[in-house]
Amino acid sequence: MSFDALVQPFHYAFMQRAFIAALAVGLICSAMGTYVVLRKLSFIGDGIAHASFAGIVIAYLRGANFYIGAAVVAVVTAVGIGFVSRRGRISLDTTIGVLFTGMFALGVFLMSRQRNYAVDLQSFLFGDILAVQPQDLWLILALSIAVAVAIVAMFRGLLYTSFDPVVAQASGIAAPRYEYALLVMVALTIVVALQAVGIVLVAALLVTPAAAAYQLTSRFSPMMLLAALFGAASAVGGLYLSYYVRASSGATIVLVATGLFFAAVAVKYVVRARALSAPQS
Amino acid sequence: MRAPLTCAVGEAVATRDLVVRYDDFTALVGATMTVQFGEALGIVGPNGSGKSTLLKTLAGLLLPSAGELCVLGAQPRQLPPGSIAYVPQIEAVDWTFPATVWDVVAMGRFSRLAFWQRFATRDRDVVLRALEAVNMESLAGRHIAHLSGGQQQRVFVARAIAQEPRLLLLDEPTTGVDAATEETLRELVRSLVAGGMPVIMTTHDLDRVGEWFDRLLVLDRRVLAIGTPAEVVDSGAYAGIREHTHTHGHLRTDHEAHEAHAVHPEVRR
Repeated sequence: MSFDALVQPFHYAFMQRAFIAALAVGLICSAMGTYVVLRKLSFIGDGIAHASFAGIVIAYLRGANFYIGAAVVAVVTAVGIGFVSRRGRISLDTTIGVLFTGMFALGVFLMSRQRNYAVDLQSFLFGDILAVQPQDLWLILALSIAVAVAIVAMFRGLLYTSFDPVVAQASGIAAPRYEYALLVMVALTIVVALQAVGIVLVAALLVTPAAAAYQLTSRFSPMMLLAALFGAASAVGGLYLSYYVRASSGATIVLVATGLFFAAVAVKYVVRARALSAPQS
Repeated sequence: MRAPLTCAVGEAVATRDLVVRYDDFTALVGATMTVQFGEALGIVGPNGSGKSTLLKTLAGLLLPSAGELCVLGAQPRQLPPGSIAYVPQIEAVDWTFPATVWDVVAMGRFSRLAFWQRFATRDRDVVLRALEAVNMESLAGRHIAHLSGGQQQRVFVARAIAQEPRLLLLDEPTTGVDAATEETLRELVRSLVAGGMPVIMTTHDLDRVGEWFDRLLVLDRRVLAIGTPAEVVDSGAYAGIREHTHTHGHLRTDHEAHEAHAVHPEVRR
């Protein structure tokens, strides 16, 4: 393959926007995914993504930007999940199960009542990063930067409350506030990723790169950096690959991430096997 | 109407008629007690007697349903960050979390640092001294999953010391640890108390209470006795607890009872 053929995707403005969006989505999803994996919140990620469908449909019906609709519903759902699980007598996974299916059904219900809607339902479910418009890109970048700033500003509090929320709270760190802040950050991250990978696959981009990083390091900060690296590589690499194999960009991105995860598991296995077979000094 | 409870001079902790409920279950019924600065108070009692509940209430993790308390001159949640160090039982966390011994002990400094403040040389010195205090400095770089139960307990205590608290609360730190760890912890507690620190600790080990504590509180959802270990032994309440714990074979841990009562381990607001 010639050099021209390799750089061909970058000749198109829509592909340039898609690559920038993919990079932002890959970095921010995977960095946040570190908390999602360690706090065992992957079901929450899936739930918020599905719930946001109602916001997308409501925004569409009102002629508003779908990011705004998705963001409002995702944040409200995230805070609602946090509130009910903290105050209620219902377990967290039951709460998520009830809320996300209910909200998703609301989206389908509203959509089905439209006699002749022109929206491509599949692009919401499985993502269509090639359709990112300039204003979408600015929103993706602004939300990504906001989440990144929040990660840096709350780094110690989020780390402590992820490991030991009870003792962190006793020491004077407001653990419930960090919990709500984290849920809102997860919600915004999901909104950032919706157009890239879609509702159905967004949880994979949250969980898989972080889970891959978890195989290869035993400290928190390297895990977050490695996860971000894997996420960016999956998103940019997957998009690039999808151009040549003419496949769905969202699905290709998630498949690259899945491949990286199994590669990480294999590396861990080989390293451990070598360590066990090495002569004891 | 009685005057609001305040801490008298020299008192680190005071409670009056403290009642704590979990939903329908009353875990603590009318507990009244005081702890002085430079004093170690041991809390003994059978499973489900409210020992952990009392510690969590003093730490501000649970709110009393009735009664009053004063901790370091204020309500626990109104104290400056870092004032209270609480050491839970080691089962409370996931030890596969990606962190080394150093990382966990360094968390003790977090409540003392605003987000813009760097982890400075002094913070590193405090962490190192805390590790040395529990003989764990040589394992600073080890992943926490690769520690024994006694070492995990020492990491928790080091994290509490690194916080430089004004009150130390320990929930059964001697449960399931080796004799060397127990002796290290006992010496550490006694040296902290000698330096003026108030220490409150729950325990199931009824044999060495005289070596650990200045005073002993016997709890069975209500305060059955409080006084020097000798006074409490003479009072007969201690014998009852001893009999109970031996009869029911629950000398090791009250984790099960604790789980049954704590509907939600974190604080409800």
